[in-house]
Amino acid sequence: MAKSLTWRETIITAVIKTCGYSAIVFVALIFFFLLREGLPALSQVPLADLFSLRWYPIENYFGILPLLTGSLIVTVGAMLVAIPFGIGTAVFIAEVAPRWTREILKPLVELLGGLPSVVLGFLGILILAPFLRRFLDLPTGLTALAGSLLLGGIAVPTIVSIAEDALDSVPMSYREGALAMGATRWQTIWRVTLPAARSGVLTAVMLGLGRAIGETMAVMMVTGNAPVMATRWNSLFMPARTMTATIAAEMGEVANGSTHYHVLFFIGLVLFLISLAVNVAASAVVFRQKKRAERVLS
Amino acid sequence: MNRALTQRLGFSLLTLIALLTVVPILAVFAYIIARGAPAISWEFLTAMPREGMRAGGILPAIVGTFYLTLGTAIFSVPLGVAAAIYLAEYARENWLTRLIRIAIINLAGIPSVVYGLFGLGLFVFFLKFGTSLLSASLTLSIMTLPVIISAAEEALRAVPQAFRTVSISLGGTRWQTIRRIVLPQALPGIITGVILGLERAAGETAPILFTGAAFFLPRLPHSPFDATMALPYHLFVISTQVPEMPIQIQYGTALVLIAFVLGMNLIATVIRSRARAKRQW
Repeated sequence: MAKSLTWRETIITAVIKTCGYSAIVFVALIFFFLLREGLPALSQVPLADLFSLRWYPIENYFGILPLLTGSLIVTVGAMLVAIPFGIGTAVFIAEVAPRWTREILKPLVELLGGLPSVVLGFLGILILAPFLRRFLDLPTGLTALAGSLLLGGIAVPTIVSIAEDALDSVPMSYREGALAMGATRWQTIWRVTLPAARSGVLTAVMLGLGRAIGETMAVMMVTGNAPVMATRWNSLFMPARTMTATIAAEMGEVANGSTHYHVLFFIGLVLFLISLAVNVAASAVVFRQKKRAERVLS
Repeated sequence: MNRALTQRLGFSLLTLIALLTVVPILAVFAYIIARGAPAISWEFLTAMPREGMRAGGILPAIVGTFYLTLGTAIFSVPLGVAAAIYLAEYARENWLTRLIRIAIINLAGIPSVVYGLFGLGLFVFFLKFGTSLLSASLTLSIMTLPVIISAAEEALRAVPQAFRTVSISLGGTRWQTIRRIVLPQALPGIITGVILGLERAAGETAPILFTGAAFFLPRLPHSPFDATMALPYHLFVISTQVPEMPIQIQYGTALVLIAFVLGMNLIATVIRSRARAKRQW
């Protein structure tokens, strides 16, 4: 009896341990399969052609620069929307709003985070794009700007949720100290609370950024899907095409093992590495900040 | 400028920003409900699509999304909860544990379309599952895993240490302690996290695009190796790929999709608040 108990314990512990390592295994597997299917692109397409200005796969032009700049311009636009609105709303919820408003507002914003992006894309096509076309007098509303606005909306819940947590975890005594020295609540927010929550707010922005770069469906539906190089600021008002949208739109139609197939996987590899960099940077911020805080407090 | 005035202007600005963030959210939901509700009928929910999806119902898409969510749960829940138990109850703070945490953070950040590529490479081609319910569910499971692990670990850690000490001191083994004492206490929190993870999976389109979604399949899937329709992909198809699609069906599909997703969200919220009310520690 005692023996079978020990046996069971050993087996279960082994199973749980194996599951515990699964996250590492999956990241490694994803990386491996992206390399396996994506790297052949480098031998089939010369590097200079891969980083050229023309994406036209039917005639074997595989320049991914227009897609990179497309992702860049849409994401920058999205962050210009999401940072002020995200942080502003987080500060409002954490510092300004009365308790009962906070209990309503935060779940509401998080509800937006749960809204499938395809629904936002759908409304983008039917409402946002026609509005932009009329309002800005453009030939089409399906532009990088439409993508930026939707992506901003998608990044906002991430930023609000994490930044509000960070602000909320700033000790009350910091605020009380500032107020006791005669600062107004407004000054306390800007000079004490926000700086104290800086690392959390930065993490929020980074994760919002990661969300925006990786978003696929909404962007694919509203940006007009034209792989043109974004060179000037007014590219924002023209159709664009992101890396994610390119994969989603074209992968269904390519032959397994063709050059086009490998190039799409290569783009996936680039996206994977970008998200890796963003996430490592976001967690490094937290880590460094914590270490400094420990040094100061010890 | 006077300090009180600055504060008043600043607060007004913040209020305005918060309103500009929240009001559109409410407007989106209200609009979809208002435009979609007239499309909802018994036939719409229970019939097959007809006339190239321009008439009839969306039953295969609803059932498909249900199957996909269920399939995702079958794979991701046991794995995710076990991984959370490892992190909360067994793991020591060393480099390996840190590596696991970094891996979880990175899994959470990988773009959904990259999961689609991975699923295509591993499940569809390498393991030869084909474009199927199984491939799509497995792909979604891995995407959902970080959400479930994080939420379940948090729920397990919230159980007071004293519960474990008492159980061990009464002669319980580690696993007995976890199974009979810690898990039941953490269950509501775990279920909430699981539902929120599955909610995300149910609404995703990009990971199933090339792993299991069917453009048009006017029947229910017969086996896990069958491709399937799904609500989010169906909404994408009828709003971008099918010309002269009646607008009412589009709004109706959007409404059913958000009802599905928000319904799950609501269940999670109810479980969480009821558990909080009943909790004795």
